[in-house]
Amino acid sequence: MRVTVTVNDQDYIRDVEPRLLLVHLLRDELGLTGTHWGCDTSNCGACTVWLDRVPVKSCTVLAVMASGSSVRTVEGLERRGGELDQLQVSFALCHGLQCGFCTPGMLMTARWLLDRLPDPSDVEIREAISGQTCRCTGYENIVRSIRHAAESERAAG
Amino acid sequence: MTAALTPGTSGRRPDPFAGHASPMGHGNMVRKEDARFLRGRGRFVDDIRLPGMLHGAVLRSPYAHARILSIDTGGAESHPKVRAVITGADLERRGMAWIPTLSHDVAAVLATDKVRYQGQEVAFVVAEDRYAARDALSLIEVEYEPLEPVIDAHRALAPDAPVIRDEIPGRTDNHIFDWEAGDAAATEAAFAAAEHVSSCEMLYPRVHPAPLETCGIVADLDPVSGRLVVYATAQAPHAHRALYSGIIGIPENRIRIISPDIGGGFGNKVAIYPGYLCAVIATSITGAPVKWTEDRSENLMSTSFARDFHMRGEIAATRDGRIQGLRVQVLADHGAFNGTSQPSKFPAGFFHIFTGSYSVPAAHCTVRGVYTNKAPGGVAYACSFRITEASYLVERLVDVLAFDLGLDAAEVRRRNLLRPEQFPYRCATGWEYDSGDYPRAFELALEMAGYDELRREQARGRRTRAETGEGTVMGIGLSFFTEAVGAGPRKDMDIGGFGMADAAELRVHPTGSAELRLSCMSQGQGHETTFAQIVSEELGISPDDIEVIEGDTDRTPFGLGTYGSRSTPVSGAAAVMAARKVRERARLVAAAMLEVSADDLVWDKGRFHVRGDRAAGVGIGEIALAAHSGLELPEGVEGQLDATCVYNPPNLTFPFGAYLCVVDVDPGTGQVTVRRFVAVDDCGVRINPAIVEGQVHGGLADGIGMALMEVMAFDTDGNHLGASFMDYLLPTSMECPSWELGKTVTPSPHHPIGAKGIGESATVGSPAAVVNAVLDAIGVRHADMPLTPAHVWSAIQGRPLRTDLAIG
Repeated sequence: MRVTVTVNDQDYIRDVEPRLLLVHLLRDELGLTGTHWGCDTSNCGACTVWLDRVPVKSCTVLAVMASGSSVRTVEGLERRGGELDQLQVSFALCHGLQCGFCTPGMLMTARWLLDRLPDPSDVEIREAISGQTCRCTGYENIVRSIRHAAESERAAG
Repeated sequence: MTAALTPGTSGRRPDPFAGHASPMGHGNMVRKEDARFLRGRGRFVDDIRLPGMLHGAVLRSPYAHARILSIDTGGAESHPKVRAVITGADLERRGMAWIPTLSHDVAAVLATDKVRYQGQEVAFVVAEDRYAARDALSLIEVEYEPLEPVIDAHRALAPDAPVIRDEIPGRTDNHIFDWEAGDAAATEAAFAAAEHVSSCEMLYPRVHPAPLETCGIVADLDPVSGRLVVYATAQAPHAHRALYSGIIGIPENRIRIISPDIGGGFGNKVAIYPGYLCAVIATSITGAPVKWTEDRSENLMSTSFARDFHMRGEIAATRDGRIQGLRVQVLADHGAFNGTSQPSKFPAGFFHIFTGSYSVPAAHCTVRGVYTNKAPGGVAYACSFRITEASYLVERLVDVLAFDLGLDAAEVRRRNLLRPEQFPYRCATGWEYDSGDYPRAFELALEMAGYDELRREQARGRRTRAETGEGTVMGIGLSFFTEAVGAGPRKDMDIGGFGMADAAELRVHPTGSAELRLSCMSQGQGHETTFAQIVSEELGISPDDIEVIEGDTDRTPFGLGTYGSRSTPVSGAAAVMAARKVRERARLVAAAMLEVSADDLVWDKGRFHVRGDRAAGVGIGEIALAAHSGLELPEGVEGQLDATCVYNPPNLTFPFGAYLCVVDVDPGTGQVTVRRFVAVDDCGVRINPAIVEGQVHGGLADGIGMALMEVMAFDTDGNHLGASFMDYLLPTSMECPSWELGKTVTPSPHHPIGAKGIGESATVGSPAAVVNAVLDAIGVRHADMPLTPAHVWSAIQGRPLRTDLAIG
C-alpha cells in the first residue's frame, strides 16, 4: 500500500506492506533510527513519536494508519541550525539519561507535556512518563530534567 | 563539554551550556556521550544496516520438555524471500550443535534430540526482510513428543524426576554440583552453644535484567578475506572474540567484534547466545551480512535470567541479638544447561560473602545446583556474581532475628556491624574487606530518615488503626550491604580460563590531546566521560580533549569487559597507571626541554616546573609536542607519550551502604506505596558524583521492581508466565519515590585513586530494604518476593505464597 507521510516536516511516499509497523517504517524504510523499539506490547514507550502532535507508541501503529498525517520524531526536536530543544539541554544538564535507549521517547512525551502544561508538578511529570520505562535512571533525573526545562522555558518567557 | 553538545549552534543566541564547562579532573560535568543520544544519533546494533543485509529469526520450542521427532523445513525453504534455514542437524554436521558454557557444561545452539525449556532455539531462518523471516518460521513443521517437565527445583532431585540431560552418557539425575564455603565444624559448634537460633526459608525468585534494548547481532563474513566482523550487544567484546574463535575455528586476528552503543546491559549481554552463533553461521552460508534482533518475549524467555536461589538460612545469636553464627543451604536452579557467566572457580559466584556487613565468628554455606526445564543463565541483573542473593539473605535473616527476639531491627544491626578498627577484615568465609566505616554510614541513614520519629509515627498509626480499623499501615525497612567488586586477582579469578585483568592504552597526541583505549564496555554508565576525567585528573588534559575508545576489538587492548561493577576498579585503575607512566616519561622529556635533572621537577596540575621556580616550567601540551619532535632525549627514553597498563587487581574492592525504605500498605488490598527511600552509599572516591548518583538511582528502582513486582514464574507445564512486559512488570515513574541520597567516602587502600565501583551497589542492597519495610508494616515474619498486592494480602491472612510457581 502507498503511504504518504510527513516526518519532521519532510514528505515521504513509500509502498509498504499493510502490516508494516510505523516504528519499522521510520527505522528501516526512512533510516530514522532515533526512534527505538523495546517491547512490542506498548508497555515500554521507547518507540514514542508524535502522530499529528499527539504522542503514540509507534510499535502499535501501522504505517498505513499514519498516511496523510504528520509525524515528529526525536530527530525533529532540534530546530534548524542545530539549536537544541530546551529539553535536550536540560536532560544533559540534569543527567537525565544513561544508556540513551529510552531517551528519544521520553523527550517526545516531555515536549508534548510542556507544550500543554508549562508548569507541571512533579506528579504531573511522573504521570506523563508513566507509560515509558527506563531501566537506568530510576526516573529521578528524568523528572528533574523535565522540571528544569519547564523552569528554563518559563524564565526565558 | 559545551563544544561537543552544540555543533552548528549559531552565535546569535546564548550558549545553553554556559556556566557548565567541563572541570579539569574529577567532578560533575555534562556527559560526553549525551550529545548523540539526545539527538537520536546513538548507534545501537539494530540501527546498523549493511548493504545486502539479510534478517534472521529463531524458531523456538513451545514445550518445556519434549523429544523432537522430526523437523520439516521444506515449507520455509520454498518461501520466496527465504535464503537459508538452519537446524540442529545442520549444526551437528559442522560440530556446532553443542557448545561449551563458561561453567564446565555444554549448551545446545539449536536443539537436536530434545527441547529442554520453553523458548529454546530449534531452527534459524534467514530471509530478505525481518517480516518474511518471521513468516517463514510458521512454515517449519516440528513434531514433538511432550515429556514431563521439571519445573519445581525442589522436585529436580526426586528419584522419579525425569532426567533432563539424558544426552550425557551415564547421567541418571538432575544434579549439577555441590559446593561449600566456610567452616562447618566451627559453625556447628557456634549453633550448638547459641542462646537463640532463628531460621527462615526464603526464595530469591527468578528475575530478568530486561535491558530496554534486547540482544542482537549483525554478522558479516567477508567471503574474500575470510574476515568476520560482528556487531553485537556485547558487554565483553574481547571475551566474545576469543569464544567465537574457539567455537567456529576462525583465528582471533580475523575476527573483529564491534560493540556499538548498548541500550542497557545489567549482565544480560555478557553471554554468547544461540541467535548470535546462528547469525555467524548464516553469514558464512549466504555470503551476506545477517542481522538478528530478538524480540522482547525472546529476551525474557531465553536469555540470561538472574537469581532463582532457594535458601534456608539460620542465624545463631545471643538473646540480646549478637550474631554468633550463620548457616545457609541453597538449592540453585540453573535451568537446562549450566551456563552461568562467572569466575570459573566459584560455581555459586560470590555468594559466600553472605556474612554481609556483620562481625560473624562462624559461617558455613552449601550450594547445590540442579537442572530444571527452564532457560540457562543465573548470573545477571547487576548481581555482582550473586552477592545480591547473599545480601538479601543476611539482611532478611537479621530482620527475622529481630522479629523473633522482639528487638528493634536498627538496634540489632548496630550491635553487629563491623567496627572501623576491624578493617582490613577477613570474614569467616575468607574474603578480606579492604576498608569501611559502617557505623558512620548507618547512623547517617537513620539520621537522614529521622528513624526515631518514624518509629513514633508508626506507633501512633498502629494505635489509631487498632481503635478505628481504618487507614494504611506504615513500615520501615533497613538494609546494610557490603559489595565485593572489581574481580579480580587473576590467580584466583578467571572466566573461561581468561584471568580477570583489564588493560588501558593511552596515547597523547603531539598537540596534547589524547585517546584512551579500554577493554571494558559501557552500557550506559558513561565511560566516555568518567574515564576521560580519570586521565584528566592525572595529566591535566581537559576531558573534552580525551577520546575514550572501547567496544571494538580492532582498536582496543584485550580485557574481560564490563560486568560485576568492575570497570572503575579494574579498567579505571589501568587507566590511572597508564597515565602515570605517561607522566613519568613526560618528566624526562620536560627535563630535557628545561635542561635540568628530572629529580628537580615538580608536577603541578598538568605542568612540570623547576623546584623553587614556578615560572620555569612546561605544560603537558608542550611536553607532548617536544616528545614527538626532534628534541634530543636522554638515553633510554623513547619518544612520544604513549603507555599501556594491564591491571591485575590485588584484591576486590568493597563498597557498602545503608538503606532505609518507608512504605505504606493498604491492608484491605495489599497495595504497597513506597513513600521514601534513603540511600547512603560509600563507593570510595567519586570521580563524577552525578554519574555515581545516577547509578544508585537506577539500582534503587531495580530493588522496587524485584521486591514488589518482577518475577518469572512458571506453570506446571513449564509455560513461562512472564514472557512480555504485560506480565513481567517493571517499575515505572509512579512506583518509584524521589530518592534521598547520602554518602560517606572511605577510599579503597589498594586502588590507585581509592575508587571502589558503584554500578551494582543499589541493586544488591535495595530489595531487602523494601521487603523488610513491607513485612514490618504488616507484622509478618517472612514472605517471598515479589510482594504484589495479592501476595501481601495473602501474607496478611497468614498464607504467604510460593511465588515461583503457579500451581494448577
